[in-house]
Amino acid sequence: MNKILLIIKREYMTRVMKKSFLMVTFLVPVLFMGMMALVVYLAVNQGGLGDTKKVEVVDESGWFANKMNSSKTIKYTYVNNIADAKKTFLKEGYDYLLYVPASMTKVQLFGKKTPSLINQGKIEDELTRVARERRLNEAHIDAAVLANAQKEISVQPEQIDETGEKHAHVMAAYGVGLLCAFLIYLSLFLYGAQVMRGVIEEKVSRIIEVVISSVKPFQLMLGKIIGVGMVGLTQFVMWIVLTIVLSGVAGTAVMGNKMKAMQQVQTTKHIDVRSATAPITDQAAEAPQNEAAEFLQSLNTLPVGKIVFCFLFYFMFGYLLYSALFAAVGSAVDNETETQQFMLPVTMPLIFTFIMAQSVIINNPDSNLSIWLSMIPFTSPIAMMIRLPFGVEWPQIAISMALMVVGFLFTTWVAARIYRVGILMYGKKASYKELAKWFMYKE
Amino acid sequence: MLSIRNIVKQYSGHRALSGVSMEIEAGKVFGLLGPNGAGKTSLIRIINQITAPDSGEVLINGEHLNQHHIAQIGYLPEERGLYKKMEIGEQIIYLAQLKGLSRDEARRRAIQWFKKLEIESWWKKKIEELSKGMQQKAQFVATVIHEPKLIILDEPFSGFDPVNAELIKNEILELNRNGATIIFSTHRMESVEELCDAIALLNLSHKILDGKVKEIRNAYRTGTYLLEYEGNTISIGADAPFIIQHEQAIEDGTQLKLTLKPGHRVNDMLGYMLPKCSIHKMEEVIPTMNEIFISTVSRNGGDLHLPTNK
Repeated sequence: MNKILLIIKREYMTRVMKKSFLMVTFLVPVLFMGMMALVVYLAVNQGGLGDTKKVEVVDESGWFANKMNSSKTIKYTYVNNIADAKKTFLKEGYDYLLYVPASMTKVQLFGKKTPSLINQGKIEDELTRVARERRLNEAHIDAAVLANAQKEISVQPEQIDETGEKHAHVMAAYGVGLLCAFLIYLSLFLYGAQVMRGVIEEKVSRIIEVVISSVKPFQLMLGKIIGVGMVGLTQFVMWIVLTIVLSGVAGTAVMGNKMKAMQQVQTTKHIDVRSATAPITDQAAEAPQNEAAEFLQSLNTLPVGKIVFCFLFYFMFGYLLYSALFAAVGSAVDNETETQQFMLPVTMPLIFTFIMAQSVIINNPDSNLSIWLSMIPFTSPIAMMIRLPFGVEWPQIAISMALMVVGFLFTTWVAARIYRVGILMYGKKASYKELAKWFMYKE
Repeated sequence: MLSIRNIVKQYSGHRALSGVSMEIEAGKVFGLLGPNGAGKTSLIRIINQITAPDSGEVLINGEHLNQHHIAQIGYLPEERGLYKKMEIGEQIIYLAQLKGLSRDEARRRAIQWFKKLEIESWWKKKIEELSKGMQQKAQFVATVIHEPKLIILDEPFSGFDPVNAELIKNEILELNRNGATIIFSTHRMESVEELCDAIALLNLSHKILDGKVKEIRNAYRTGTYLLEYEGNTISIGADAPFIIQHEQAIEDGTQLKLTLKPGHRVNDMLGYMLPKCSIHKMEEVIPTMNEIFISTVSRNGGDLHLPTNK
C-alpha cells in the first residue's frame, strides 16, 4: 500500500511540476473567460464591432424606397439610377447594391464579395416585411389584427411529483446536460491518453523492469492511474476556481454596466410577444439578454446537488474504467504510433455515446435506448449526465452506479492481466490474438 | 543463500526453462552463463518475482520467495532505463523508496554513492541530459543503494567504457567482500569467468553444467601445454613423454603445443626438453568457459548456439 502511495506521489508530482501543466491550467480559464466575455459582449452590443454593411438601394418599383429600416448591421441608402450606381457604389464606400426592378421579379444584390447568408437573409426579410405591409394595406387588413391572429402559444413545462410542482426548463437541462457530458468525454480522452503515454514511456525507457522488480505490475498500474486521475482532478478544481475568480473580476470591472442592465431585465422579465409591427432591431438586441437571464434563473430549478454528485461519480469511475483500458493498450505497444489499432475499440463506445448524446438521448431522455445507454458502464458516464437534468429517479441512478463499479472492477482486472505481460514484451508486434494469450497466462 | 529447484517456465511459443536447479552459496560470486535465449533472463525474472515459474520453487535462506525478499535483492536488468525527464537524484531516491528505504535514508545513501562515484554534480540533471555511460553509473547506484544481500547483474559491463567497467567491477567486488552474494548473468563468458567462484551454464532452457570454476576447469583439463624455446625446431623422437599437436616458428624461437602421454607429468616433459634447448616459457592450456561450453554442448549432442562476442 505504501508503495502505491509512492507511485501516486511520483506520477502526480512529475506532472504537476511541469511547465506545460501550469500553462494549461492557467491559460484555459483565461481563454475560456475571454471567449465567454466576447460572446456576451457581442450578444449585448450587436454590430458593436463596427461591422456595418452599407447597402445602396435602387428601387424602380416604388415599393421600398425610404421604407426599409436600417439596423446596426445594415444601413440602406437610396439612389435612382441603376446604371450609375453600378459604376460608383464601390467607390463611394458601399458594400452592396440592391436592385429592385419595376416588375419585382428579379431582385439583385451586387457586391464585390458574395454576401454572408445572414446578411442576405436580413435583407430578404426586410424586403418581405415591407412588401407584406403594403399588400396587407392594399387588402385593407389591419396589421395589428393580423399580428394578434398569428400570436403563437407557448407551453410552460412544469414538473410535478410527490414533493410538489416546479418550473422545468428544457433549455437549462439541455445546456447543463451537454456541458457535463462534454467535460466527461473530454477528460476521459485527455487523462486516459496521459495514462497510456505514461505506460509507453516506462516501457520505451526500459525502466519498467527495475520498477517491476520492486512492486507488482498491478500496483504500478493502479498508482499511475490514480496519480494521473488526481492530476486531472486538480486541474478541474483549479479551472473552476480560476473561472469563478476571473468571472468575478471581469464581472465587476469590465462588464459592470452590462451586468446591471442584465439584472434589470431579469427583475422585469417578461416574454415579448412577437409582433409584426415591432421593429425587428429592438427584438434582436433584447433577446439575448432576456435569454441569458432566463437561463441563469432556470439553472436554479435543476437538481444541482444530484447533478454535481453524479458528475463527480461518473467522472471518477468513467476515468478509472477507461484509463485501465488505456493502460493495457499502452502496455501492448512499443511506441505511440502503434496504439492506433487498439485505440479504436477503446474509444469507439465513447465517441458513439457522445454522438448519440447530442441527438437521440437529449431529445428523448426517457426512451428505452437512452435508459440502456445510461446503464452500460462503457456508455453511462456520458449518457447519464445528459439524462440527469431532465430528472432520473434514484433507483435508476443506483443501478447504473452499481453497474459502473462492477464494470470498473472487471475492466481493471482484464487490463491488469494484459498489462503485467505486455510491459515486459519488447519488439513483438502485438495482435488481438496475442493479447488474448497474455490474458490467459498464469501468474 | 539461494536454492533453485526444478524450475519450469513455459511461454506460449517455447519453453524458457525446463527443470533447472542450482545452488548459490552466500557471499560468493556466481556466474549464470549461456548464449542469448538460453533462459538466463527468464530465471532472473523469476528470482526477482517479476514472473512466477510454472512449477518448481525458489528458496532464499530456506524461505520460499515472498514480498520481503524484494528489499534484499538488487537487480540491474540487461535493458537499462530510467525516467528520462526526472532529475537523477530524485529518481535514485524514488527507486530506493520503492525498495523500502525511508526518504531520508535513501537521500543520505544516494549522496554517499554519488560522492564515491564522483557524480555529485549530476544530482539535479535529467537522465536525458546524460551520456550513456553516466546513465549506467546512476543505474548501478539504483541497483545497490538499498544494500541488498543478493545482487543480480544482467550483462553488467555492456555499455561501459573500459575505465568505467573497471570502476564498476571493483565496486561490485567490494560489495562482495562486504558480504553480498553476486550473480553475474552474461553471454560473454570470458568477461566474468575470472571473477566467479562458481558458474552454471544454460543452453536452450536446460542447465548443462554447474559447479565451482576450479573444479570445472580441472575436469576439462586435457594435459595440453604450450612450450616456447630459443632457436629453430629441434627434432623430437618417439620416446618423448608427449605428443606434439602443433609446432610453429615465433619471433625469437619456436612454439610447441603438446599433449602429455598418459602416465606422464609436466616434470617428465621438462626433463626431456631441458638438455635439448633453452626454454623461455611453459604454460598449461586451460580451456576457457567458452570452449567448455562448446565441448559440453556438442558432447550432449545439443543444438549449438555459438555465443556471439560483441
